[in-house]
Amino acid sequence: MREINVNEITNSVSSMCIEVNHVLSNDMCLALDNACNSEKSELGKQILNQLKENLIIAKEEMIPICQDTGMAVVFLEIGQDVHFVGGNLEDAVNEGIRKGYTEGYLRKSVVDDPIIRNNTKDNTPAVIHYSVVPGDKVKITISPKGFGSENMSKVYMLKPADGIEGVKNAILSAVKDAGPNACPPMVIGVGIGGTFEKCALMAKHALTRKTGEHSDIPYVKELEEEMLDKINALGIGPAGLGGSVTAMAINIETYPTHIAGLPVAVNICCHVNRHIERVI
Amino acid sequence: MTKNINVPMNEKEKEELTAGDYVYLTGTIYTARDAAHKRMQEALEKGEKLPIDIVNQIIYYMGPSPAREGKVIGSAGPTTAGRMDKYTPGLLDMGLGGMIGKGKRTQAVMDAIVKNGSVYFAAVGGAGALLSKSIVKSEVVAYDDLGTEAIRKLEVENFPVIVVADSKGNCLYK
Repeated sequence: MREINVNEITNSVSSMCIEVNHVLSNDMCLALDNACNSEKSELGKQILNQLKENLIIAKEEMIPICQDTGMAVVFLEIGQDVHFVGGNLEDAVNEGIRKGYTEGYLRKSVVDDPIIRNNTKDNTPAVIHYSVVPGDKVKITISPKGFGSENMSKVYMLKPADGIEGVKNAILSAVKDAGPNACPPMVIGVGIGGTFEKCALMAKHALTRKTGEHSDIPYVKELEEEMLDKINALGIGPAGLGGSVTAMAINIETYPTHIAGLPVAVNICCHVNRHIERVI
Repeated sequence: MTKNINVPMNEKEKEELTAGDYVYLTGTIYTARDAAHKRMQEALEKGEKLPIDIVNQIIYYMGPSPAREGKVIGSAGPTTAGRMDKYTPGLLDMGLGGMIGKGKRTQAVMDAIVKNGSVYFAAVGGAGALLSKSIVKSEVVAYDDLGTEAIRKLEVENFPVIVVADSKGNCLYK
């Protein structure tokens, strides 16, 4: 049994929130470079160059990449041989969010109730997903999620008879509807299978995958490649103003499902697909 | 076509803007997003005056991140305009000059833009750090309690936008 003081979680979460909102990960920077090289529209290229310039300014002057510094989504993979001491784990994560968003000059975008809507003024609470895994480590993944793209995400409860063609249509239809609203070029997370909530969670988790990496399952990898081509053929382009790069990646996760169902979730993310990991 | 325009604009300048024009704005604009629009609507329903005179002004749909010490503003890119569509035709009928945001609008908004000779610009979404460099002054002028959603008066210099919807009914989004 390994003891971990929850203060360590708070401090990690806080510094990760600040870093992830100012410095885009290398995989995403590379994806943006590739997008810039392959974009055929002149206006599209100009916009992609602005996005690259934006990343430099954000990093050098410590101005958040996007003003929507998101609702913090936190994945915690907790080794089953870990014992947390010094307080409540969930409180420690939220204290890290509070500290990071306040000290890092990040925008507070969370309201306390979906209907009453008073801003909590410290961006808490986070949305936390826990899983227990073998070992004595804790892996923290943080993805602040902006709502321009989150609002364009969808869950489809397809029928088994809809098959893979149904899945392809669902993905394309979600991306078409998102259009300029989701700040393309997008990254698209897809969950196929499981239940209503499981597919949505897989779609969210798929966004944390390193851009450029593919699924280990051969047909899923092929589906990712085929759908990226199909999405880019839509012509939505950078900022939705037309062009050949509408998405930089599509990451798909799958899970066993019920004999009667084929759930599909499409979680759309903008070009600022922020994700950061740390292992304690 | 690339243009440099002072804001607020006159009628002629607005009429000459065409979907696809790349425009650098210099002058005064105001920010308002979801909560400020809701509150303005409630004020109008109660027969009260709006906290700012919107006639001929441009509203930028934006809620910035906090400014660091010595800075004018934090990250300051556009938010999705469509969420304001419920309130927009009414404001355009009252004389609102134009809007800056990103994303699609309803037909009702597009019709109100043509009817009132207005304009809808897009700024590049997710380029908040870059766009903040064109904002030289920022002052909260109403609804301070709304935090990032308060109404701000901004002074901008060469603020880059693209005309998405013009007064002739053209729209750049397909």
